[in-house]
Amino acid sequence: MNPEPSPGQAAVRSSLRGALLLGIFALIGAGLVAVTWQLTHERIANNQQMYLLRNLHEILAVTEYDNTLHEDTRLVHAPALGGVDGMVTVYRARQGGMPIAVIFEATAQDGYAGAIKLLVGVYTNGEIAGVRVVAPSETPGLGDDIELSRSDWVLAFQGKSLQSPPAGQWAVKRDGGAFDQFTGATITPRAVVKAVRNALLYFRDHRDQLFAQGSSDRD
Amino acid sequence: MTEARLNFRTIAGQGLWHNNPGLVQLLGLCPLLAVTNSVTNGLGLGLATMLVLAGSNLSVSVVRRWLRPEIRIPAFVLIIASLVTAVELLMNAFFHDLFRVLGIFIPLIVTNCAIIGRAEAFASRQPVMPALWDGLMMGLGFLLVLVTLGGLREILAQGSLLADAHMMLGDTGARPGIRFFDQDRGFLLAALPPGAFIGLGLIIAAKNYIDARRARRPMGAQAVDPALRAGSPGPA
Repeated sequence: MNPEPSPGQAAVRSSLRGALLLGIFALIGAGLVAVTWQLTHERIANNQQMYLLRNLHEILAVTEYDNTLHEDTRLVHAPALGGVDGMVTVYRARQGGMPIAVIFEATAQDGYAGAIKLLVGVYTNGEIAGVRVVAPSETPGLGDDIELSRSDWVLAFQGKSLQSPPAGQWAVKRDGGAFDQFTGATITPRAVVKAVRNALLYFRDHRDQLFAQGSSDRD
Repeated sequence: MTEARLNFRTIAGQGLWHNNPGLVQLLGLCPLLAVTNSVTNGLGLGLATMLVLAGSNLSVSVVRRWLRPEIRIPAFVLIIASLVTAVELLMNAFFHDLFRVLGIFIPLIVTNCAIIGRAEAFASRQPVMPALWDGLMMGLGFLLVLVTLGGLREILAQGSLLADAHMMLGDTGARPGIRFFDQDRGFLLAALPPGAFIGLGLIIAAKNYIDARRARRPMGAQAVDPALRAGSPGPA
C-alpha cells in the first residue's frame, strides 16, 4: 500500500466506494419492497379474485351454477372479440356438470377513446345473461353511460339473442338498429353493441368447443 | 427554541403556500392534471404522493452524510422508486378500487419532480426532523391543490362532490357524496383535459391575486410574513 495513492488509484477507490454505497442502497430498497410484497401479496391476490368474482356475479347469480366459475376458463382465439392478440378468456358456468352459460372477457376495440373491456354472458340457448363494462376508457360525461354506475343502458342487453332482435337489428338506432345511443355519444354504444353481437355470433358457431374439456384451443 | 419553531413554521408556509409544488414550483403537473376529475381521485393520489415525499425526505436526510455528490441522484432515484413500489403494493392491497382508478399514476409518482426536487434542495442538507416536516408540508400543499382542482372539476362536470368516496372508505352501501345538480347538466369541459389546465390556471391566478393584495397592504397580517418570504424560491 502506498501511503500516497496516485490520482488514478484514488479515482478507482472513490468509484468503488460509490458503487458499493449504491449497492447497499439498492439492497435496502429491494428489501423494503420484498417485505411489503410479503405482507400484501395474499391480500392483493384475494382482491383481484374478489374483483373478478364481483363482476362475474353481476352477470350470473351464484345460484345459477355450481362449478368454480373463475377457474373453469378456456382461452380461445376470437379476433372479432379479442384484444391485441385476438385471445379471449371464457369463463364456463356449469350446474351438475351440464353447461349453463359462458362469460366472454371481450374487448371492443373501436371505442371513442380506445378499447373497452367487457364481460358478456351468454346462456346455452343463445340468450344474453348480462353485459358489464370492466375497464372503460371513455370520455367522462360522454361515453361513460355504458357503465352501470352511470346509467342502466347495459341492462337492455339482458335476454336478447340473435333471434330477438334479429341479427340485422344488432346496431344502435342511428344505424337502423334496435339499441339506444346516448345524447351526444354514438361511437361508444355502437362499439359495445358490435362487441356483444360478435360474442353472440362466436357463441353460435363454437358452442360445443367452448364447453369442451381443456383450457385452450390448442389442447 | 423560538427560532426552531419559526423554522418549522417557515417550512410549513413554504410547502403550503409560498413555494407550493403545484402552484409555484409547477412540479408534478402530469399526475396533477390527469387524475383530478374528482375529489376522491385527487385525495388518493395526493395521500400517496405525500407519503412518498415524507418517506423520501426522511430517508434522504438520514443517509445524507454518506451520500457523495456523484452518486446522490441515483441514490435518490433508488430510494424514491422503492418507496413508490411499496406504496403501490399497499394501495393495491388496502384501497383496491381506488388503485384501479388511479392505475398508472401511482407508479408514475417516481417521476414526480417535486419529490426528487425536495430531496436535492432540502432533505440532503437538513436534519431529519425539518426534512420530514418539509416532506409532509410539501406533500400536503400538493394534496390540497389536487383536492381543490378535483373538487372544482367534479362539481362543474358531474354536479357532485365526493360521489365516489366509497372507493377510499370501503363500500358500505352508503353514498356519502353530495349532489348539487343532475349529471346530465354538467359542464363537460371541466372533466376533459382542457378543464384541468384552465382550472389550474384559475387557481394559480387566485393565489397570485391574494399575494398581490397582501403585498399592497403593508400592515396587518404582515407580522409573520418577512420570515416566510425569506425562503429561497426552490429548484427550477
